[in-house]
Amino acid sequence: MDKLTIGGAILESRLLIGTGKFPSKKIIPEVIKSSGTQVVTMALRRVDIESQEENILTYIPEDIILLPNTSGARNAEEAVRIARLARAMGCGNWVKIEVISDNKYLLPDNQETIKATQVLAKEGFVVLPYMSPDLMAAKRMEEAGAAAVMPLGAPIGTNRGIRTRELVQILIDEINVPIIVDAGIGKPSDAAEAMEMGAEAVLVNTAIATSADPVKMAEAFSLAVKAGRLAYLSKLGPERQYAQASSPLTGFLNEGEK
Amino acid sequence: MMSFYDCYLEYNDLDFENFFAQVTEADILRILRKNKITEYEFLALLSPVAENLLEDMAQRARQLSLQHFGKAILLFTPMYIANHCVNKCSYCGFNVENDIARKKLSLEEIEREAAAIAETGLRHILVLTGESRKETPLSYIVNAIKILRKYFQSISIEIYPLTEEEYQEVIEAGVDGLTIYQEVYDEKIYDKVHLAGPKKNYKFRLDAPERACKAKMRNVNIGALLGLNEWRREAFFTGLHASYLQNKYPDVEISISLPRIRPHKGVFEDVYLVNDRSLVQIMLATRIFLPYVGITISTRESQRLRDNLIPLGVTKMSAGVSTEVGGHTSATKGDSQFEIADKRNVAEMKEAILAKGYQPVFKNWLQF
Repeated sequence: MDKLTIGGAILESRLLIGTGKFPSKKIIPEVIKSSGTQVVTMALRRVDIESQEENILTYIPEDIILLPNTSGARNAEEAVRIARLARAMGCGNWVKIEVISDNKYLLPDNQETIKATQVLAKEGFVVLPYMSPDLMAAKRMEEAGAAAVMPLGAPIGTNRGIRTRELVQILIDEINVPIIVDAGIGKPSDAAEAMEMGAEAVLVNTAIATSADPVKMAEAFSLAVKAGRLAYLSKLGPERQYAQASSPLTGFLNEGEK
Repeated sequence: MMSFYDCYLEYNDLDFENFFAQVTEADILRILRKNKITEYEFLALLSPVAENLLEDMAQRARQLSLQHFGKAILLFTPMYIANHCVNKCSYCGFNVENDIARKKLSLEEIEREAAAIAETGLRHILVLTGESRKETPLSYIVNAIKILRKYFQSISIEIYPLTEEEYQEVIEAGVDGLTIYQEVYDEKIYDKVHLAGPKKNYKFRLDAPERACKAKMRNVNIGALLGLNEWRREAFFTGLHASYLQNKYPDVEISISLPRIRPHKGVFEDVYLVNDRSLVQIMLATRIFLPYVGITISTRESQRLRDNLIPLGVTKMSAGVSTEVGGHTSATKGDSQFEIADKRNVAEMKEAILAKGYQPVFKNWLQF
């Protein structure tokens, strides 16, 4: 299958996964393995480098690209400070910007996210901003140097699927950096849907972490993402209003005049 | 300037008994199917009728908790640094008239205590004092916080109510969370149980969480001391208070504690009993009304109950608790505020949470 390039890295897998909400950290290495993912996000606020057992980084294999996120940041300035701290702590130079000033719906603050993208991209970070799917905001993030743009499919944790479909499709069509659908993906078919739409990748956490068997669910997502991507590359057949008979009424016209 | 007091007055004259009499089981089932429920629907979930549908409520609450918080429980422990108190609260062991061993930790003792707690892996600490601006002035608390910063990633305080400027000062020093209970929302009972002392000022305490929000506190944890009044009313006003704060200060993480009165030094007779079933009903109704709000359960509750509450919407639990001043290290401890029920240490709590299929979280913030 075709590969995905983000921030100079060439990725085989188009499934990114999150590490929050799991019943135990010990399950995370198995989930990473069965998902086939190469990029794993974790909240920097949960990283405890002083405790080997409690440190989430202990459970992430070395060949995985770390995508620390700025969860907990209420504005651009806090996101920038958390990102710098992540780099200083040895989490690499990728960062998912999460600026949330609404604790009720956990919807991202696009304006502050744009500001943080500007600062961090200039400082050499590979910046992946999490955002509400808005075309002008996405364009500004792209201009500011975002390596990819991550619109939400539905409010985080809801498992409600690609409810923002029309708006995400516009971003896919108009934004030049990869679009990674993040948040709201509740089942493998939702992931496949995003991929069929032309999203370059998806990020999944809640749907895997809170399922009864996270390891198997991660594999299911991996397969769905591959299926969706293959379908996109093969160009889906057109949809029609009416059923199309296999011997259409006008078929005789193709048989040549006799 | 609007305050939660206006909100309290709006509902205080409501005829609760009459309202409850009209709630039906069909109403409850309908409410459980809704995405967002109103204040009156919240009250319906606190009704006697809703008690018949606790399992349905539990299923809904569990689903909402998983969505918002996943399978994760944050662990913390309280650290009592002083028990001097000038208040006369009829229900509290620190009551100025109680003849107990009073103690205030020196900064060196605080550091020893902090090191001992941090050794257990905890990164979130809750600092407590009694209310005595003379014995434990803000400057003392600020100095304590500066020491605790070296050992902990998240510092919350549970002390006497401060002004907005004072909240800014402690935030500046490294505090990110405030816990303050109104104890009882009913103004008349409040006046009755707070016999003397600055705590008699109902409104100054009621507005303390809001002042902290204004000062940009990250986490604000409120609650009513269950047992001082009829619990349905108190749970209702606690939920309304949390909702008021969250709507007005959307970037603050609001949490609710559900503390029940525990045995303590001194005698308090007027207890309204809150049994386990009622405690569960409060928790479920609160979770369904406020899916995004944190719920804290302390070691006031028994091991068995705490373990069973985990899947119902708890987000924070204390562990390895001592309510004595210097209880983690000191040879001469100050007397405790109340007796704890769940005496498990941090490692045991961690195993218990894992056994329930949940992840114990030690660190959910960072000093930066």
